[in-house]
Amino acid sequence: MADKQQPDGIVLTEAQKKSRRQRSIAIALALGVLVVLFFAVTMVKGPAVLVRPM
Amino acid sequence: MSVVDHNVIELSPRISEADVADYIALLKPRVMSLVIFTALVGLVIAPVHVHPVLAFTSLLCIAVGAGASGALNMWYESDIDALMSRTANRPIPRGRVTRPEALAFGMTLAFFAVMTLGILVNWFAGALLAFTIFFYVVIYTIGLKRWTAQNIVIGGAAGALPPVVAWTAATASLSVEPLLLFLIIFFWTPPHFWALALFRSDDYARAGVPMLPVVAGPDATRLQILLYTVVLVAVAFAPWPLGYFDAAYGVTSLILGSGMLALAVNVYRRRERSEGLRATRRLFAFSIFYLFALFATLLIEVVARAIAPSIW
Repeated sequence: MADKQQPDGIVLTEAQKKSRRQRSIAIALALGVLVVLFFAVTMVKGPAVLVRPM
Repeated sequence: MSVVDHNVIELSPRISEADVADYIALLKPRVMSLVIFTALVGLVIAPVHVHPVLAFTSLLCIAVGAGASGALNMWYESDIDALMSRTANRPIPRGRVTRPEALAFGMTLAFFAVMTLGILVNWFAGALLAFTIFFYVVIYTIGLKRWTAQNIVIGGAAGALPPVVAWTAATASLSVEPLLLFLIIFFWTPPHFWALALFRSDDYARAGVPMLPVVAGPDATRLQILLYTVVLVAVAFAPWPLGYFDAAYGVTSLILGSGMLALAVNVYRRRERSEGLRATRRLFAFSIFYLFALFATLLIEVVARAIAPSIW
């Protein structure tokens, strides 16, 4: 019978997993803010959203 | 059999353990807060109504742009940061974030800040923000800082631009008022940073950064601080008699300017080690309060005018 299989590739430590999770959440929040920002400005400007003066 | 057997050669790429706080530190939050504040003043003194959502968007983009500049500055300066006690604890010298990570982070933020400001507000402001980031990173950090003792004089323009960017975000044009704010911060920068450089000159000398106290000596620096403070006080006072800002600003500017001048004279006169050090630390601390209070006066004037227009 084969020995217990070692996982292939890089195995993250708990600290690395935790910091990666934190960074992923931060990126998700930043993207969420960006989406909300574009939505809010579109609502505020209405059709004028297409008018962008130099 | 493959040429490189993966069981034989064990690759151990560096896996980041950097947390969110490390990336926030890359943004230089304290510098960022002063940028946000000066930009807020540039925004509110603009003679147009700006929708709160657009005002928030503008300030957010300027703040993120400033943070991106900070991250790119730390990316380039990690070698000298490691040599100076003031900066040795930054994320790159501590090994929390690698240089490529900081570069990618800074470039991404700079791209999003400029594009968002351009698309959602106006392209004049977006272009000016891009120029500000370029000036801080390329002209100041990469070009001037290690080359000339005038580094912070010329480089100070980058720190002086945020209220101008905010004004253009509100009006899509330029005028005298934001340029006055620019000049105030521009002439405030040398006395502020040279005061810091005087009590950190050992740090700068060790890192080989040609700050004025390292190149020209402390006495020449004290004289330059005094001269720039005289110009600063005059420039900060001028908008009142010229009719751009109100009397409340003029009087505050006079009082604060007197304090700034007295402390600069003190720095010039007290040259003995411990007394001189105390004098420069006092000037450094007061200079932060000076700029904050001067801009806060403009902010209060605008708010007071909005609340009680008959009095103003």
